[in-house]
Parts: sequence; structure tokens; C-alpha cells
Amino acid sequence: MVDALPPPRKKHPTRRTRVPTLPPMARSRAALFFTAYAARGELRLQHCEECGTVAYPPRDICGNCWSSALHWKPVAPDGVLLAETTLHTSTNIYFRERLPWRIGAVKLKNGPVVVAHIHSDAEEGAGVRIFARTDKSGQGVLFALPAEDTENMADDKALRELTCDPKHRRVLITDVRTRLGQSMARAALDAGAAKVFLGVAETWKPFQDQEALYALANTEIAPLDLADGASVAELASSIGGKVDILINTAQHIRPGSAMSRRDVVTAKEEMEVNFFGPLRLLQALGPAMRARGADGANSAVAWVNCLSVFALSNRPSFGLTSASQAAALSLSQNARSEFAGSGVKVINAFHGPLDDEWSQQLPPPKVAPERFATDVMRALRKGLEEVYFGEIAQDIHERWREDPAVLERELTLTNLMD
Amino acid sequence: MTLLQKLGDAVISKAVKTIDLTHTLDPDFPVLVLPPEFGQCQPFRIEEVSRYDERGPAWYWRNFSCNEHTGTHFDAPVHWVTGKDLPNSSVDTIDPNGFIRPACVLDFSKEVAADDDFVLTEDHIKAWEKEHGDIPGGHWVLFRSDWSKRSGADYLNLRDDGAHSPGPDAGAIRYLVETRDVIGFGVETIGTDAGQGGHFDPPYPAHTLLHGAGRYGLQCLRNLDQLPPKGAVIVSAPLKIKAGSGSPLRVLALVEDQ
Repeated sequence: MVDALPPPRKKHPTRRTRVPTLPPMARSRAALFFTAYAARGELRLQHCEECGTVAYPPRDICGNCWSSALHWKPVAPDGVLLAETTLHTSTNIYFRERLPWRIGAVKLKNGPVVVAHIHSDAEEGAGVRIFARTDKSGQGVLFALPAEDTENMADDKALRELTCDPKHRRVLITDVRTRLGQSMARAALDAGAAKVFLGVAETWKPFQDQEALYALANTEIAPLDLADGASVAELASSIGGKVDILINTAQHIRPGSAMSRRDVVTAKEEMEVNFFGPLRLLQALGPAMRARGADGANSAVAWVNCLSVFALSNRPSFGLTSASQAAALSLSQNARSEFAGSGVKVINAFHGPLDDEWSQQLPPPKVAPERFATDVMRALRKGLEEVYFGEIAQDIHERWREDPAVLERELTLTNLMD
Repeated sequence: MTLLQKLGDAVISKAVKTIDLTHTLDPDFPVLVLPPEFGQCQPFRIEEVSRYDERGPAWYWRNFSCNEHTGTHFDAPVHWVTGKDLPNSSVDTIDPNGFIRPACVLDFSKEVAADDDFVLTEDHIKAWEKEHGDIPGGHWVLFRSDWSKRSGADYLNLRDDGAHSPGPDAGAIRYLVETRDVIGFGVETIGTDAGQGGHFDPPYPAHTLLHGAGRYGLQCLRNLDQLPPKGAVIVSAPLKIKAGSGSPLRVLALVEDQ
């Protein structure tokens, strides 16, 4: 059984903050497919179309029949831990700093023997559950959990290296003016966050349920206007070294398309919040988070973007909001490359239309902000980097993966028939 | 000595004091709030271009942006639909003679302290005139409410039925424009109209009647408590923005030391 992780002590005043080090990063191109699936929480291995062999590790041609017709397909997570080794020494600095470290060989029920990191409660010879996730290098690895949940399972040292568990961490919610932001703040507290900073723009303008929110324990009001660079810089200078998880809930969503609007005023406001907002946050808070990727039990771990799924493909009736969301998605890719090697994951949480005033006329299904918030916490606990919440987001994502050009035409037709 | 030489000397010796009636342009200063489906008034925003660094080693400068009605600002007649067809009614074309004018300061701060929704009426103005004499033509009328001493959420004073702040009714504005021929009306609140002015008859009487008659507005003033009821001269030249509906500006009052 894993001991419950105690709340981290305050930092020692004279010790240097531990610099992030990394497990091995180099991968073949084929292995990047495995990484991309792992980032979405999918366990997939290559299956040979010719002879049916399941390839492991990822390769360019089938090791059995030399066919290049290898296809990534889901694999059942059940397996047996055949053999386990506890490392007490390593030439790799990342592992050296974290010794002892368990690795083992797992025979997948419907697949090959794989090498995985092993949870402390998984026992040799016993059943395990395997999952794929990205590690501190941003690369896909396998991890073996005990067959049944155990007490304090999430607090396992090796597992916590893969996840972004809010437990004992400090979370900045960038905008709590909306139901989305307020739900996110409450969900973070429920997930065990040590503190939640409540980002509020234009504090002179009251908002619904303000008093109930401010009354919550372990919260702190953080004046923060993403449209104002000075405000973002000021907040960073005050709490920049204390943000372990940043969840950007600020969104400016308005109906309207290029020709249905008469000017660029609203489009500029959309860009101010949806694109320049996260850019200002990255410039002000990113460097400190990047430096704190290995800063103990409450290290900086996650940068969460709440994005409309129409960042993937333009939704004509909200055409300019979609365009700004597409810009935000592109920015998140830039951010992910800049956070690479720091141990901070960039998580894109995509949603369909939220159940708010801007989707009032839309029929269900709509995403309840409360539900979305708990799903974001689940994604953090799992350490996922890309998640699609709700039927619409999942459906759009599926169609986008199938063919973005077809989806674009579909969305045009849907708009014309509405 | 000419009149202006005397004035110049008095300013230098501070026999004539210069009082700043302006709030600092600050991103945190409130702006008018409309329902979100309408176009909004942009708050003051600043982006640094360089500050003695690699972006410009020896100089510090910034870009700023805002609405024409952000912070302490001037309303030109063309701001309102009733003034849209008047000649020379935007900030770049109105007669600069109006930018330096004497003012009457009507102190109703006690009444406002007792009632956020205090409505200034013709009777209130007449009562003031009984004490201080008639308002001469061509003057500014500045409505002192001490509202500028409020900050944060108390300044707009938004509740679920709208903003609550003092302002004039239609009778007061008609009296000032038609009987007293004022050049404009200045206030300490976010607009020349009361917070609930949209529910008056006609809606927004100050905007509607002042601008329809080619008069000006000054909003978000401060330090009116340092002005005498009569005798101050207001310097309030808006930026010369092409076809501008208004402009943030520095409003100064010249007051004789008595």
C-alpha cells in the first residue's frame, strides 16, 4: 500500500529549486504515433494486416513477415506482471534522482510482452492493468497498475510522474466570472487542490454568485484581465512562483461571421481574450512554471486550455469566434513545444457548445460547465494532454480525424440547413 | 499690463490655482457597461513597446488603446443620434472657443449621499440660483455629487436592475439649455445621465437634449469639491480626432485664490 502523500512543506529558504531533468526523449517516427495515442489516453499497438502479429516496440515493418502494412489498433489493458526489477542505480540523471524505481515485463492478455513502469502495489505474477501515457519527456510510455484499485493508489511516486494530480497543488483559474470558471474552481477544490487562485477581470463589475464563490475556503482573489498585459504581468510578479496548474477558462464567444458583422471590433475582442490572452499568460507565467517542473510534490505540472472543438474546423454561425479559437489552438502547439522538456504538460480540453447564454438557442446536447470541470480534473489526474468532452466534441473530433475537408463541407451544409 | 499678462503672472505666482479635474487613465478604471450583445466601450489598455531594453535601448514608450469615451472624457454633440446632423459637431470641428469656459458648480453632494438615485430637477437648479445668482450664458454647469470619491464596484454601482447613480431629468436639462444657454453639463459619474436614465422620459435626457442642442458633456470629473460655486474657468480641449464623437482629455480648472 502506498502511504498517503502528505501536504508538501514550505520551501527551504536556501536550497536551490530542483531543475527539471528528463527520462530518455529520443523516439523513432513510428513511436511518435504511440506517443500521440498515449497523450489522448489510448493504448494502441501496431497490428500487422498480413500475419496478425502485434508489434512491440513500434517499428516500420512487421518483425514476423516484413510487411509494412502495420495499423495502430486498440489493445486490451489486461496483463500479467511476469518479472519485476527495482533499480537502485542508473546512469540517467532523471531516474537517479528518483531511485529506487520499479520496471517490469508485462505479458498482455491479447498481445506481446511489454516493458512498463510498475506501480508499488503491483506484484510479480499477479494481474495488472496497463495504460499508455506521456512521461516528463513528453514521450509515450507504459505503466502497470495493480488489477484492483488500492488505497492511495494515485499517490504512488512513479505514477505521479505521469499525472497532473491537483492534490496538494495550487491552481490558477484565469476567469471565474462565468459558470465555467466557477465550476472549475469548485472542481479543483474537490480534487484536493491546496489553493485556488480566482482570476477576476474588472473587479469593479460584479458577477453572478460572486459572494458564494469568494466565501469558499482555500481560495484567493487574483485580479487578472487577460486583455491587459499590465494586469497579467502584475499577477505573475505576485503569484508566478506558486502556480502549479493553470486552467485558462477565459473565453470570448459571440455569434457572427465575417460578412454578417460590420466591423472588426468584436473580432478583436475575441482575439484579445482567446488568443492574446493565453499569449500574455504564457509570456508572464510560462517561464516560472517551466522552471518549476520538478519542484517537489507540488511541482508545476499542467497548462490547461479550454477550447471550443470548433478550433478544429470553423463553425459558420460562430465563424469569427472559431477563427480565434483556431489561433488559440495553434498557440497551444507553440506552447507545448516550449514546455517540452520542462515536465509541464499542455492540456487541450475541447468542448462542444457549453450550456450558457451564448448557446441558449441550440438544442441539446450541450456540455454542462460543471460536468466539463469534473472531466478536466479527471484528465489532470490521468495526465492526459488532449481530451474531447461531450457528444458534439467527440463527434467533431472523429470526423476531423477522418477528413478535415469533408468536415468543413459538412459544417457549411449544417449551417445552411439550420 | 494686458489681461492675459495679468493672468499669466497670476498662474505663475499661483494667485490663480490650477486644479486637475481628471482621473488617471488606468486599465482598472470602470467604463460604461452595456448588455453583452451590444458593442462595448473598451477600457484603457497599454502595451509596452520598449523600456530601455533590447526592443529600444535608450527609450521607453508604449501603445495605448481605448474608446473615445474611456476615463475622464468629453462628449461631442455627434455622440448622440439627436446631434448627428448638426454642423461642426465632432471633436475636430467644434469651435475651440468652447474649450475654455467659466463654470457654475452646483453642489448636491449631500443629497446624493442620501440617495444614490438622486435626480437633479429644474427646481433644484432654481433653488441654487436663488442662493448664488442666475447661471450666466455660455457657462459650463458642473454637477458636484462627490461620486468621484467612490471606487471599484461602488462607482458604477451596478445591481441586477442596472446602474444606480445620480443624474438630471429632462426638465433640468431643458432649463439649462433653453433658459440659461449653457455650453455643456459636466458630472463626476460615468455618464451625464443618471444610472437609471434609460427609464426616464425621454430616455437618457442629458445625452438626448444636450447633444440635440449642440452642447457638450464632460464625464468622470473629480475634485469638483475644490471649485467655488462661481468663478472657475474650465480648460477642456479634447483630442483632435477625425470625426471623433468624444475623447479622453485632461480637464483643468483655473481658480482664483480668495
